[in-house]
Amino acid sequence: MRVTVGKGSCGIAAGASEIWERLRAGLRESGIDCAVAVTGCIGMCYLEPVVNIEDGAETLTFVKVDAGAADEILKRLRGEENDAARYAIRPEDVRLLHSQRRIALRNCGVIDPECIDEYIAREGYAAIETCVRSLTPEAVIEEIKTSGLSGRGGAGFPTWFKWDAARRSPGGPKYIICNADEGDPGAFMDRAVIEGDPHAVIEGMMIAAYAVGSGEGIVYVRAEYPLAIVRLEHALKQARERGLLGDSLFGSGFGFDIRIKAGAGAFVCGEETALIASLEGERGMPRLKPPFPAQKGYRGKPSNINNVETYANVPWILRNGGAAFAAMGTEHSKGTKVFALTGKIAKGGLIEVPMGKTIREIVSGEGGGIKDGKAFKAVQMGGPSGGCIPEALADTQIDYRSLAATGAIMGSGGMVVMDESTCMVDMARFFLDFTCKESCGKCPHCRIGTRRMLEILERVCAGEGREGDIELLEELAGQIRDGSLCQLGMTAPNPVLTTLRYFRHEYEDHIRHKRCTARQCKPLLTYAIDGEKCTGCTLCARQCPGRAITGQVRKPHEIDMSKCVKCGKCADVCRFDAVEVN
Amino acid sequence: MGCGCAERRELSGPALDTALLEPYLAEYKDSEAKGGLIAILQKAQDIYGYLPEELLTYIARRVGVKPAKVMGVVTFYTQFRLKPAGKHLVLLCQGTACHVNGSAEIEGAVRDALGAEEGEITGNGLFTYTNVACLGCCSLSPVMMIGDKTYGGLTKDKAAAILKDIEREETSG
Ligand SMILES: Cc1cc2nc3c(=O)[nH]c(=O)nc-3n(C[C@H](O)[C@H](O)[C@H](O)COP(=O)(O)O)c2cc1C
Ligand code: FES
Repeated sequence: MRVTVGKGSCGIAAGASEIWERLRAGLRESGIDCAVAVTGCIGMCYLEPVVNIEDGAETLTFVKVDAGAADEILKRLRGEENDAARYAIRPEDVRLLHSQRRIALRNCGVIDPECIDEYIAREGYAAIETCVRSLTPEAVIEEIKTSGLSGRGGAGFPTWFKWDAARRSPGGPKYIICNADEGDPGAFMDRAVIEGDPHAVIEGMMIAAYAVGSGEGIVYVRAEYPLAIVRLEHALKQARERGLLGDSLFGSGFGFDIRIKAGAGAFVCGEETALIASLEGERGMPRLKPPFPAQKGYRGKPSNINNVETYANVPWILRNGGAAFAAMGTEHSKGTKVFALTGKIAKGGLIEVPMGKTIREIVSGEGGGIKDGKAFKAVQMGGPSGGCIPEALADTQIDYRSLAATGAIMGSGGMVVMDESTCMVDMARFFLDFTCKESCGKCPHCRIGTRRMLEILERVCAGEGREGDIELLEELAGQIRDGSLCQLGMTAPNPVLTTLRYFRHEYEDHIRHKRCTARQCKPLLTYAIDGEKCTGCTLCARQCPGRAITGQVRKPHEIDMSKCVKCGKCADVCRFDAVEVN
Repeated sequence: MGCGCAERRELSGPALDTALLEPYLAEYKDSEAKGGLIAILQKAQDIYGYLPEELLTYIARRVGVKPAKVMGVVTFYTQFRLKPAGKHLVLLCQGTACHVNGSAEIEGAVRDALGAEEGEITGNGLFTYTNVACLGCCSLSPVMMIGDKTYGGLTKDKAAAILKDIEREETSG
């Protein structure tokens, strides 16, 4: 028997460490010899902390485990009467887990990421051994070609093509780089994979190294992921101790090792040429391609860069055959994809499904629909380079081409779901604020153009929009797209263009009628006190920074709109729901 | 002539113990030194809490690049600080998921609770808060991180209470 606690960053934030300690201490006290193991994130973040009891072939799962629940689980383990069943996972949630097709996430939440034996027990490092012992590098690349695997980092470029190009490039040493910069705010699959199954990424990189002919690998991890760095370091150490990394692997002439480089906080460093500049100790500024990294990459040598999820798929493909991977998905987008469901979604977390499902199937299926029974308005995909897809297009199939046709992109797989209370103009402003801050400054169109767009959007959100603003935004968008060197600038206008395409009326409402129907843009709101509901408790009047609220104790109060600074404090503090916001 | 930025300024003011940095400078000797610049700066910030200008000049000299170059790198990456920070660094997520779930309001609550603006040290020297783009715990949004600990599902009250708890622990202990 074994007990496991999901301890990814998300589980820990939900209190998993305390539960783990409590279970361990409880078992020790009762003298029960049962390990309490750590696993990564199973993806059901809305149910964290999650505890499993594995007994033979049977696994019992308990969710939202707090201290009280942990005590019931302990009673159960001691064979005493208990109430643990109350915390058992519900059948519908089990179904959601089983309806997925987990390839990249195959071990996440299942194995202990700090124990290499558990990875090996699930056929870990078998694929690289087969490659080294019985496949030529060309055959490995051929298998990846058959699988149809394309890059999961955003652009969706065929993986085999990049490997082949790096293999054919003259010169050396060659480098294998893993892009774990995961800059798209709202996506966290790369973190979950490294935290939950670091050896899968290592093995994927080893296979790439064997195919390309490289002896050195580097993982570029963003600084905000301290736990991922710790788990990866630990995994690398274990792999080295087993002789799985080092000079001569499986008794062959092939040697490979990996080191970690922590990023220092710059979104643009996720772009491959900027990432290379950063690895070289420079400011992370993208450069013109070609030459591509496969020709001239790190230290001017041929380099192959792939995303974390891309590498994590590789060992599975080599073990099960490229055709098995290609059997899933659509004609042009093969295999499965991990999505991060966040925002106003009921069941937020990570899921992995075959390409080709529709947005609606995911949002109402795996996502459990919209939080608090509100109306589904849009989903943002592709982060700052992507766009907002409206509910009306929710039957769009998720594959690279169909998404691009909506004006959004697949990106890294972040799906931020929005409901009726999300203002689309504010979302556009939010993304432009992001790209404007993250522009490296090399191209004037990107550096200055995004700022001009942001200024207009800020004005519109502040109720100072003017006729002609929409057209000006469109003009600037075209110029930024055409005048920027890297994808950061070229795609920066996308959030504005897609919201203009699908939610133009919201822009017009803001500009012409000074109205924000989602009630997000505070300067456009008006506040009034409902005399019927107001008890005259004076709380709002005391909190009002503009002293705009007057009235006598125990009598209805009033707001003087000429003094109101529209901070919204009165509505926040009112305990009687008496402040009306319009 | 030139811009003068290659001028060798010695460490002034309250002298920093540069010996602490020695192992890392040694690790990135020769051809590796330039590529290791970011790693050296990260170590330096770990040790000293921030990167004073004199230290940057010192590192530039040791690594063999111009101080302007070091400054260029430091100002490019958001992780690096030229000014000291409070004992606890509060990273407040303003990523997409957190934004949709009201992170702007949380910032207001944090600002009020600390009585300091972004990047400033609170009067008691305990806290500095900064906005970041995503902490990778988006499904628990809104989220903040203090030290290595992540706090999810924040409300204005919860955020303020977490800060007060830390403050109480610090002042009573
Ligand atoms: C502004 C910008 C940011 C990017 N950020 C990331 C990132 O965080 N992670 C990632 O894997 N790819 C990112 N990319 C894509 C990379 O440039 C590159 O295409 C990718 O790492 C290649 O790996 P893949 O083929 O496995 O997808 C970004 C691209 C741009 C233009
Ligand atoms: S958007 Fe806040 S943690 Fe990702």
